[in-house]
Amino acid sequence: MKQVVCLKVTPKVDQIKFDDQKKTVVREGVENEIDDADKNALEMALVQKDKFGGTVAVVSMGPPAFEPFLKLAVAMGADDAILLSDRGFAGSDTFATSRVLAAAIRKLSPLDIVYCGEASADGSTEQVPPSIAEWLGMPGITYVTNLECEGQAVKARRDIRGGYEIVQARTPVLLSVELGCNTPRFPDFRRKRWADKEFKLTVWGMQDLGLQASQAGNEGSLTTVTELRNMRATARRSQYIEGTTEEIVSRLLLAIEEAR
Amino acid sequence: MMNQPATENGGVFVFLEQTSGTIEGVSLEVLGKAREIGDRLSKKVTAVLLGSDITTAAEECARRGADLVLVGDSPLLKDYTTETYSAVMLPLLSEMDPDIILVGATHNGTSLASALAIRLHAGLMAHVVDLELEEGTGVLLGAVPGFGGSIVAMCRCRGRPQMATVKPGVFTPLAPEGCAPGIVKSLALNITEDAVKQVVLEKSVGGGPDISRAESVVVAGLGCGDLDLARRLARALHAELAVSRPLADKGIAPKELVVGSTGSGLNAKLVVVLGVSGASHFTSGIRNAKSVIAINKDPNATIFRHSDFCVRDDVKRVVPELITRLEDKSDGGT
Repeated sequence: MKQVVCLKVTPKVDQIKFDDQKKTVVREGVENEIDDADKNALEMALVQKDKFGGTVAVVSMGPPAFEPFLKLAVAMGADDAILLSDRGFAGSDTFATSRVLAAAIRKLSPLDIVYCGEASADGSTEQVPPSIAEWLGMPGITYVTNLECEGQAVKARRDIRGGYEIVQARTPVLLSVELGCNTPRFPDFRRKRWADKEFKLTVWGMQDLGLQASQAGNEGSLTTVTELRNMRATARRSQYIEGTTEEIVSRLLLAIEEAR
Repeated sequence: MMNQPATENGGVFVFLEQTSGTIEGVSLEVLGKAREIGDRLSKKVTAVLLGSDITTAAEECARRGADLVLVGDSPLLKDYTTETYSAVMLPLLSEMDPDIILVGATHNGTSLASALAIRLHAGLMAHVVDLELEEGTGVLLGAVPGFGGSIVAMCRCRGRPQMATVKPGVFTPLAPEGCAPGIVKSLALNITEDAVKQVVLEKSVGGGPDISRAESVVVAGLGCGDLDLARRLARALHAELAVSRPLADKGIAPKELVVGSTGSGLNAKLVVVLGVSGASHFTSGIRNAKSVIAINKDPNATIFRHSDFCVRDDVKRVVPELITRLEDKSDGGT
């Protein structure tokens, strides 16, 4: 079984600050991590590998500084790691990002299953997984919480509004995996040492993927951010209610009545 | 509003999502906004509804802002799959050549819009919380929340069609009384079994509450302990129960009930927030609430800045007493 997992390295969301003056996001001094949902995606792939054998490769788009995070994925059990790194990829929106990732996956084909996290913690557009499926002409099953494979048949449970459904498709297939649907394994100590000392990361740029400058990065994107705004807060009274529990509750009952 | 007659080509296109014949709330919200945009641009609003046995649902949409509702009725379209739905939508969109395509940002809506955007080479703005038309050019501008909802990026698409998925709970559906009824038309479908790449074997939709439309909501956070107290308060208030994200991540509550940038926005008259610290990804979900009461024992909790009435006390002390008094009131009164 040949599997590929797309990973995104994202800044820890609670550390991100917005610079009101410059209207930009302050990324300096912010710690990065493998996005949580992508770790769930990697775990789902590794469980299949444990069952059926084969290989798992991880693919990530980002600067060379992301190498340690890909090695972490190798320490968790991935067999290969590919970093898609090129100045020309900078500023990609979901259209361009999915195009670059799809080009890398095509280069790794034929394969059985492609996994992505359902959304990243920073952008959280949820668009990249179904977009990659479309570029590759593969069926895409989104928001998957459970997976069973048997031969070429893939049975996945997916989350929909108000419940779930179980869908069946045939490989090759792309899955977007729900955040928190499993518990990602810890990196293995011996694999970690091997990954840090001996493992060679593959780096692919624009040319390796056969892409033109017009197909990636800012130039290959179809959406533009014109301005960042701080979300204006709704004006609230912030009236503090003090006193004994009885007094507080009496005041709350009035507030409830007034509101409705 | 401009006074020229609406033109035939281009226009605003809305994908309507239904589950077992019932239109998703967000689809009607999007349709209402599409009407407003269509009027401003003097363009028609066309909506498409796909499924099986959906005539009644289509007629409802024709009274909620669409000039034209195109109905694709086929057993092959009974359950949503990206491949079958885009097989119907793509030729239709090529023919109609809309300026703007809007889709509700449900799981299925996001999946479909993403796939269509790739095939149409269209820019797609993600789960926007507002839409505007640029003065002078009429270009669609979308407010895309990022980084947990504390920041919005004002975005635009390059070229056309311009696409956006719309977050549930941010726009208001039109009342059927105020709308000139649109036309319902059946689509001639030539979809075959070949288009089916995945099969839905089993489906369970509980038709759970739509918290974005509830009048009153009690929201439980980590400081609430278990859900029991919040659930009892919700019952006493005849309110819906919702949660902050961590409770869903821990598996204590379903994701359906999450309030905030990764869940629903509330439009309630009354929101009672129990034991929620008030990070921006949460507070973006209570922005449209009319009145917010917060109870939290942390005197410095950020949630108080986003609340009308603030109680710096333990949820476990205040809420049981509040429930008792509410129950007494309903026993003695009415």
